Amino acid sequence: MTTLIAPTGGLDTVPKLLARNAIKYRDKPAYREKEFGIWQSWSWAEVEDEVKALALGLLALGLNAGDHVAIIGRNRPALYWSMVAAQMVGAVPVPLYQDAVAEEMAYVLDHCGARFVIAEDQEQVDKVLEIQEKLTGLEQIIYYDTRGMRKYDHTALHAYKDVQAEGRAAHERLEPELAQRLQGQDYDTICVMLYTSGTTGRPKGVVLSNRNIIEASRTSSGFDNLNVGDSVLAYLPMAWVGDFIFSVGQCYWTGFCVACPESPETMQSDLKEIGPSYFFAPPRFFESLLTTVMIRMEDASKGKQRMFKYFMALAKDVGGKLLDGKPVSTMDRLKYRLGEFLVYGPLKNQLGMTRVRIGYTAGEAIGPEIFDFYRSLGINLKQLYGQTEASVYVTVQPDGEVRADTVGVPAPGVEIRIGDNGEVYYRSASTFVEYYKNPKSTAETKDADGWVATGDAGYFEEGTGHLKIIDRAKDVGKMADGSLFAPKYVENKLKFYPNILEVVLFGANSDKCVAFINIDLAAVGNWAERNNVGYASYQELAGHQKVLDMVQSHVEEVNAGLANDPTLYGCQVHRFLILHKELDPDDGEMTRTRKVRRRIIDEKYHDLIEALNSGAHEISTKTEVMYEDGRKGSISATLEIRDAQVFAREAKAA
Amino acid sequence: MSLDSLDITESYTTPDGRTIGGVVMEMKNITLRFGGVVAIKDISFDIREGEIRAIIGPNGAGKSSMLNVINGFYHPQEGEIWFHGKKRAPMKPYQVAHQGIARTFQNIALFNGMTTLDNIMTGRMTHVKSNMLMQAIWKGPAEREENEHREVVEKIIDFLEIQAIRKTPVGRLPYGLQKRVELGRALAAEPKLLLLDEPMAGMNVEEKEDMSRFILDVNDEFGTTIALIEHDMGVVMDISDRVVVMDYGRKIGDGTPDEIRNNQEVIDAYLGVAHD
Repeated sequence: MTTLIAPTGGLDTVPKLLARNAIKYRDKPAYREKEFGIWQSWSWAEVEDEVKALALGLLALGLNAGDHVAIIGRNRPALYWSMVAAQMVGAVPVPLYQDAVAEEMAYVLDHCGARFVIAEDQEQVDKVLEIQEKLTGLEQIIYYDTRGMRKYDHTALHAYKDVQAEGRAAHERLEPELAQRLQGQDYDTICVMLYTSGTTGRPKGVVLSNRNIIEASRTSSGFDNLNVGDSVLAYLPMAWVGDFIFSVGQCYWTGFCVACPESPETMQSDLKEIGPSYFFAPPRFFESLLTTVMIRMEDASKGKQRMFKYFMALAKDVGGKLLDGKPVSTMDRLKYRLGEFLVYGPLKNQLGMTRVRIGYTAGEAIGPEIFDFYRSLGINLKQLYGQTEASVYVTVQPDGEVRADTVGVPAPGVEIRIGDNGEVYYRSASTFVEYYKNPKSTAETKDADGWVATGDAGYFEEGTGHLKIIDRAKDVGKMADGSLFAPKYVENKLKFYPNILEVVLFGANSDKCVAFINIDLAAVGNWAERNNVGYASYQELAGHQKVLDMVQSHVEEVNAGLANDPTLYGCQVHRFLILHKELDPDDGEMTRTRKVRRRIIDEKYHDLIEALNSGAHEISTKTEVMYEDGRKGSISATLEIRDAQVFAREAKAA
Repeated sequence: MSLDSLDITESYTTPDGRTIGGVVMEMKNITLRFGGVVAIKDISFDIREGEIRAIIGPNGAGKSSMLNVINGFYHPQEGEIWFHGKKRAPMKPYQVAHQGIARTFQNIALFNGMTTLDNIMTGRMTHVKSNMLMQAIWKGPAEREENEHREVVEKIIDFLEIQAIRKTPVGRLPYGLQKRVELGRALAAEPKLLLLDEPMAGMNVEEKEDMSRFILDVNDEFGTTIALIEHDMGVVMDISDRVVVMDYGRKIGDGTPDEIRNNQEVIDAYLGVAHD
């Protein structure tokens, strides 16, 4: 199916790939970043020069082989170069989530024992300085953006450019040392350490070797035929394994160009300007983008709305078929062409997806309507299933076999087996080395034969060989009457309604299911505007009678659907409430990748769960919240609890 | 600007490490009357190079009038204004602007239909050298000049972190951001003295914190001298080096935030005083 080029002897580390690219793709752009309103670009030769200067500078500062270097900041070329510079010196880069509060950072910095920190700007440096006392191992801090840094004590603080300048000045003295360090590296040298977001307990440091990263990059690039002409926009957290694979692994393997946005807020317009050909986004991104499009269309003129509706209906019929290469009548082809000119083309341009050749989404289930919307426009959006421990790829959807309800077939080079309890296990050359300083967890996750437990329950669909994931293996439980309880399945069904942002379902070992719901402020807010519903805050809108009615109708629709399901009929939502605040990573209720932390919610909202399970119709509560600057406050609210209609299990036809 | 013109008093270093130079502007016995109403009565104070100088006072104390006097919008009937060691003749606001004094307004005064970028570009007006004909032809010197101005403006956009609204018409922006754009326009003039008329009025706590940080950064990064009027005492006491307090057109206090905090007359003016 794919041409797998075996790694030639010389290309077994990321720095070696850099050396190859600097010769092979000398003047081709490697990184771009928008600064001062203009896209700046660096060719591979320039990147090599920048990375080498920094590596020499790090040597001059005394960075040892085997040290950990924490990298903190948003996606910027300089920080990507920092990772490779650290690798050159033989150190292990550890990218951190830049929006983590100081306390979370302290844990990771302490756990990996980072001697050096490379931070983006004053904000990040301040955070590190705040926790410096607790960190015995920390010695040097390097910062990239010099703004506001002038008055700081610079005894152990250095500007990125100064470190590079020192490296360049001392290149004759230090080059032999650097060459020697590079000599000692091979496929088994550690490439990067990435902390998992920690849905359960403390984050764990996943150690990935050059073998893991390069094998994953090589096979996946072959699978999707990625090449030097492709481009990506790097906007997802650098600490996330996907970003490392896309913006470093595959970028170095194929030599394609990575573009970094000007600021997090400009991502959407930068996406439009860059027009990447290879694009990854979590389902949430596609969801909110679709919501924005629909809201904007509702404000458009009547004529435009009619045109949009007509061609979107056509696209729904034939767009996906065209993409999959299935037969479509000539008339429909012609109409689709016209639609491309009038609607799809301009829309894709607005979304920044005109050139997307391969798009991926993963991490959560995506609503079938959302998925089909993008595919019907002719955007080749696919799903994959992956983990940090697998260097991303476990399963992936090949072109022509793309569906909303599966995660695809095993990725090239990956073996998969399903355990007795339904848990999915995999094995490949890209599976992680170990959890750093945590042999117990390593042993629990990865057995002696190299099989890694995903923690997800799933099954292979008969006939197609596609993997389907139901839920986290440990979250799949039983109701009191013995029927299956798969919370995520129901939550996802509810979350596919644009008005509903987040759902948490409770019901394990209970006789009925109850739910917390977060409304989507953008969608419901727009509805409120059009229906003359006044509101001042999320809380007020969430408590509005009409909003409750609307959510109730969604819940009941889902219940009606579940009644038909032979295994999950018991998961119908009997009672629900709309939470008075949005679930937020700053309050520990979600991970940084926005996955709900069930255990914490269980504890924090204990009173609400109890009220849902009792017969109460109203509950007063007070919740502690953390503001972005780290201060704490609290919100109190009185919440209404609604009973939703549940449906009797449909009798099976005799 | 000759060095000896600054050498009026000695410079000093603040606790946070900034150097405050000599006096750049001195107001001597300013009195401003509108008909029979005396808005400012015999006020004298100075502004030193590199400092953040606040003017505070209850409503109607004459603060904005004072800023308008500095700005050349009002001409005081009595008193003298000394700028860089020279007595200033009565001037029009645009002449004052050419001297390197820029300002923002209490009620935002931006061009609503224009983008953020264009609004800030207008702040470069005082630096434009090419004439209207050259700009109409545009190619050549005018083009080069525009590029230079654009570069300055882009640095300001980066500084104020408003990249995302570069091309957005300012009329569509929330209030807090409009205030930031206005600050950007004032900065585009690369002023020596920046006058801010209630920069935090109508803002929430978070916006105020942002704005305070930008004001401090402007002062720190560009060494710009800043005179500001503000109602929020917390902000004033936090960010300014010296404070002038006005009440009914008179000056009732002048000194560091600590001195002002303990000044009985100021406390009386703000909290009221029992008459026995």
